[in-house]
Amino acid sequence: MSSTISLTRASAPADLHFRARLGGAVRWLRSHPTILIGSAVIAFWIIGTLLVPLSGRDPLGQDINHSLNPPDASFFWGADKLGRDIFIRVLYGARLTLPAGAVAVIGSVVIGTLVGGVAGYAGGLWEELLMRLTDVFLAFPTIILAMAIAAALGPSINNAILTIAVISWPSYARLTRGLVLQLKTTEFVQADRAIGARHRRILFRSILPNCVGSLVVMATLDFGNAVLIFAGLSFLGLGPAPETPEWGRMIADGVDYADQWWVSIFPGLAIFSVVMALNFVGDGLRDLFDPREARR
Amino acid sequence: MPLYLYILRRILLSVPLLIGITLVAFIIANLVPSDPMTANLSQRAMSDPTIVAAFRAEWGLDQTLPVQYLTYLKNLLSGNLGKSIRSRRPVIDDLRQYLPATIELATAATIFGVGAGLLFGLFSAIARNTVFDILARAISLIGISAPVFWLALLSLLVFYVQLRLFPGPGRLDSGIQAPSSVTGFYTVDSLIAGNWLAFRNAVGHLILPSVVLGSYSMGLVTRITRASMLESLSADYVRTAKSKGLRQRIIVYRHAFRNALIPVLTVIGLSYGVLLSGAVLTETIFAWPGIGRYAYRASTTLDFPAIMGVSLVIALIFTIVNLTVDVLYYLADPRLRAR
Repeated sequence: MSSTISLTRASAPADLHFRARLGGAVRWLRSHPTILIGSAVIAFWIIGTLLVPLSGRDPLGQDINHSLNPPDASFFWGADKLGRDIFIRVLYGARLTLPAGAVAVIGSVVIGTLVGGVAGYAGGLWEELLMRLTDVFLAFPTIILAMAIAAALGPSINNAILTIAVISWPSYARLTRGLVLQLKTTEFVQADRAIGARHRRILFRSILPNCVGSLVVMATLDFGNAVLIFAGLSFLGLGPAPETPEWGRMIADGVDYADQWWVSIFPGLAIFSVVMALNFVGDGLRDLFDPREARR
Repeated sequence: MPLYLYILRRILLSVPLLIGITLVAFIIANLVPSDPMTANLSQRAMSDPTIVAAFRAEWGLDQTLPVQYLTYLKNLLSGNLGKSIRSRRPVIDDLRQYLPATIELATAATIFGVGAGLLFGLFSAIARNTVFDILARAISLIGISAPVFWLALLSLLVFYVQLRLFPGPGRLDSGIQAPSSVTGFYTVDSLIAGNWLAFRNAVGHLILPSVVLGSYSMGLVTRITRASMLESLSADYVRTAKSKGLRQRIIVYRHAFRNALIPVLTVIGLSYGVLLSGAVLTETIFAWPGIGRYAYRASTTLDFPAIMGVSLVIALIFTIVNLTVDVLYYLADPRLRAR
């Protein structure tokens, strides 16, 4: 009986099938407007960074005659102390922040998944050791650990990224370990064992691919945190060099100018919009992967 | 398991954690190939062989790294955290001076964040999809997504520079004498001294930085409270309470809210960690003489004894807060006690 049903389903016109799925997707998106807003904001920044070189304006170009020029027709978002165009600099800033955040998150996902995966799969002494190490890093105050590492390695973009990866992996390790413990007892893993698959194959081919959904959700939400820490480190002078068009750095440029609000407000809005968008998308993805949590 | 056994077990469990933290701090401090001798001793002391030998013996510098680490632990147990390179004072004295300011700020921020978060979350769940709900959710979103140093800067610009509603950076106006130190908290000390002028000034100075610092906790607590209230409002026991004809107020506060508090507790512990990190940035902008600003200065001058001291103290506070949260959890959730 069931075989005939699946046969009729398979024989339905491909076009109809596609349309039904598309309809479902549209309906789902309509009930989650925030995921659309979030994606639109991120798309805005990505397109902006790609198009900004076409403007021909130099993010480092100084123009002392327009020092602290308020927002007007020629300086859309005003100019800073050295007469540099803030709008152009903010767009170039996305070019730095988005890849930096992405690399940092990917790095921490890789470290965290490995640690948590091995701990959950191997169990015993390994699990104990790796998870206690995770606890230690979790108990460390993030920004102080970040400051210590960034100061020890010297301020630079790469070191800031490395720092963020080193401080953010523990939450992925915890998540992965929990998931691996669940998946370890499933039938398909037992089947793998029965056919004599090696441990490495079971862990990397059978178990970890099933953790991807939850990891993606966490990584999206964590991307926002990475952006915030990156900006915070730069704000403190522990990120890229002073003249770099980086958002946190640009906010620091505005500290001394109480009456020239535009110097620090626009880079801050940029950070805020990106982090908010990532939260929107992350929440939406969580609903998609885990409907149980939908109302949170 | 009785409460005291539970607490004892949790305290014992946190000992290896703290040792692990010292180890990580020690490794980071030794990543930099700097000579602690030149950093800690003055030029004159360096030329005196007896002082150099004494310093070497105190920190075991002629030994291997593992032995040095054990020496560090031994000194730590007697409260010796080494000397700050920048201030040339024992780190423990620096911490004693700066810590109360941070704890005062963090406590005020937590009171604001948790208080406002619970209120917003509770009422936006009850008044779901009303203007209040939308507004509360928007505010919580700002708290979670906006960088704390940017909020700090904006609040100073708007409420201090433009509107003159609140006093500027620092813990007191420059004309006001700090109350004599009992607890180190200016608000408490000025009350003890009966100094109303200083008290009002200290509270005024505390408001802006604590609201800014607590904004993240506020956002997080609002979201979790709202979600968990919505969940418990649709639970079976609430339906039962309704069909028994209980008053709405009793259902909401006695039945739904109490149960909704459990997930909120976890978040409060977690957000305290974020709060301590945020303190570094907030203190830097508000010229708040706490350990956050101290840590920032220490890290830019590669003052590793100071950085290690701050890390340890903050990790210790974080551990204590989480222990407290777990105890509250235990008290709030009878299911845990049965285990």
